[in-house]
Amino acid sequence: MSTAAAPADERLIKASPLRRFLGRPELGSVVGAIAVFIFFSIVADNFLQLSSLSTVLYAASTIGIMAVPVALLMIGGEFDLSAGVLVTSSALISSMFSYQMTANVWVGVFVSLLVTLAIGAFNGFMLTRTKLPSFIITLGTFLMLTGLNLGFTKLISGTVSTKSISNMQGFDSAKELFASQLTIGSVNLKVTILWWAALIVVATWILLRTKAGNWIFAVGGNADAARAVGVPVVKTRIGLYMGVAFAAWISGQHLLFSYDVVQSGEGVGNELTYIIAAVIGGCLITGGYGSAVGSAVGAFIFGMTSKGIVYAEWNPDWFKFFLGAMLLLATLLNAWVRKRAEASR
Amino acid sequence: MTETTTQQTALVELDGVSKFYGNIKALEDVSLLVNAGEITCVLGDNGAGKSTLIKIISGLHQHDAGTFRIEGEETTLTKPREALDKGIATVYQDLAVVPLMPVWRNFFLGSEPTKGAGPLKRLDVQQMRETTRAELLRMGIDLRDVDQPIGTLSGGERQCVAIARAVHFGAKVLVLDEPTAALGVKQSGVVLKYVAAARDQGLGVVLITHNPHHAHLVGDRFVLLKRGAMFGSYTKDEITLDELTRQMAGGSELEELSHELQRAQVLPGELPDAS
Repeated sequence: MSTAAAPADERLIKASPLRRFLGRPELGSVVGAIAVFIFFSIVADNFLQLSSLSTVLYAASTIGIMAVPVALLMIGGEFDLSAGVLVTSSALISSMFSYQMTANVWVGVFVSLLVTLAIGAFNGFMLTRTKLPSFIITLGTFLMLTGLNLGFTKLISGTVSTKSISNMQGFDSAKELFASQLTIGSVNLKVTILWWAALIVVATWILLRTKAGNWIFAVGGNADAARAVGVPVVKTRIGLYMGVAFAAWISGQHLLFSYDVVQSGEGVGNELTYIIAAVIGGCLITGGYGSAVGSAVGAFIFGMTSKGIVYAEWNPDWFKFFLGAMLLLATLLNAWVRKRAEASR
Repeated sequence: MTETTTQQTALVELDGVSKFYGNIKALEDVSLLVNAGEITCVLGDNGAGKSTLIKIISGLHQHDAGTFRIEGEETTLTKPREALDKGIATVYQDLAVVPLMPVWRNFFLGSEPTKGAGPLKRLDVQQMRETTRAELLRMGIDLRDVDQPIGTLSGGERQCVAIARAVHFGAKVLVLDEPTAALGVKQSGVVLKYVAAARDQGLGVVLITHNPHHAHLVGDRFVLLKRGAMFGSYTKDEITLDELTRQMAGGSELEELSHELQRAQVLPGELPDAS
């Protein structure tokens, strides 16, 4: 078989970098992010200060850590409505297991990882086994976890929040890993930003340069075709749900180690935030198209908007309105750009 | 029935194969022979059992009676992967391609080459791109850009990519499900050319179609299905195009139909007089 380098085809007009950029899934979100950035730079006086930007980045990272695997899952054609409360579950398990077993917090952290991954695998298994829509399956998991979080916490600690574990063995080292602060010059950066960056890099690598990435696009784009050519569809889907669970574990540990205690009712509603970040970032809601970087830009827009409103000294009640408008605009822009990009080929 | 005794072992041989879904007979007593370098056409109207036949050969369903031999060895395929491993590649009507993915990613989907090891194990993107382009050229398809989403190709081009993919991955038997069904005359011609090209490379081809003209152009053997049963099996020198067309349309049914249509044609002419 000849693998000689093919000469450039004369029928192909050399694609300019601009045109290639126009074909990227992230485009809409990048344009949106720039617009939001300029907007708040003008209306909010403190927005451009380094300390403000680090606050914005921190807010973006807490959403972004989850938005990355949720975006991958969406490219794979599925939703996870349980992602928000799973973060809380993960934090609760780690806190209560450590406290009740009076063990080192690291044991709790490790047990929490196993249980959280198992819940992710359960979502994927139920989905592939029953062939019901992921909307229904994960809505079920969402409700069950919400109930379990409250029920177990009240049963074990008597209140709706867990006991503080701050004086337990291993707390400091775990806090170092999940909730520390790095000072670079005069700027404080939360460690979640590093977690977020690492997840973006790993997810992008997986999507674009591995077999698994090829499979994720194929499963979301045309699952029957993927199965027919021998792609392990079931394994890919379960893997994607376990990816969401892994990120939920990171987020959950961050929640626990930054506040020592966990409120059992937290997390409800966040699942939509992650999905919105992924959609703003250019993920196609029907699957088969999108990027991890896009989800990061989507999360960044979230961070800028939520903190920008505060810096502009507006009533934060307006946040949701902005968010909805942003979602609509970004999705419209994405659709328009994709049509243009495909027509220009 | 033709029972030609061939020196070579047939690549695929079905003998009296039946398939039941509950109490429904989807396929009954069907025999078929596929030799290397030959095209066996399966003809039949909608609901004749063509898809069921494909599903058995490609491992999606299992037959309930009769024998299914691959290179002389009796088998029952339990999943598509098994059929692929035995050299039977199926190109479905929907082509099993993912429209939004680039041509080169589609070409290698499910069998991606990698390089490197451990966490750095990655797709050999350059090789994938170049092989896709070279393999398509070898089949005579000169693609402008292997990076374009496969959904932007024409129906005929997509069909050809799917065939080239099967040939590249070492298929010995190519099963084509209605490759010309949704295509215009010119595009159909192009696709049939690639089917013949695959045959000339020594592959055995099963061509499923309801178009006797296309079948007779390239076919070496013809199996006719009707309502799940086989009602004819011929080699090329045993049947003419006209006879094949007549049989396909159901013989006497066609005559009845042409009779009815002739009467219908007279009617509009009569109308002006009546007004």
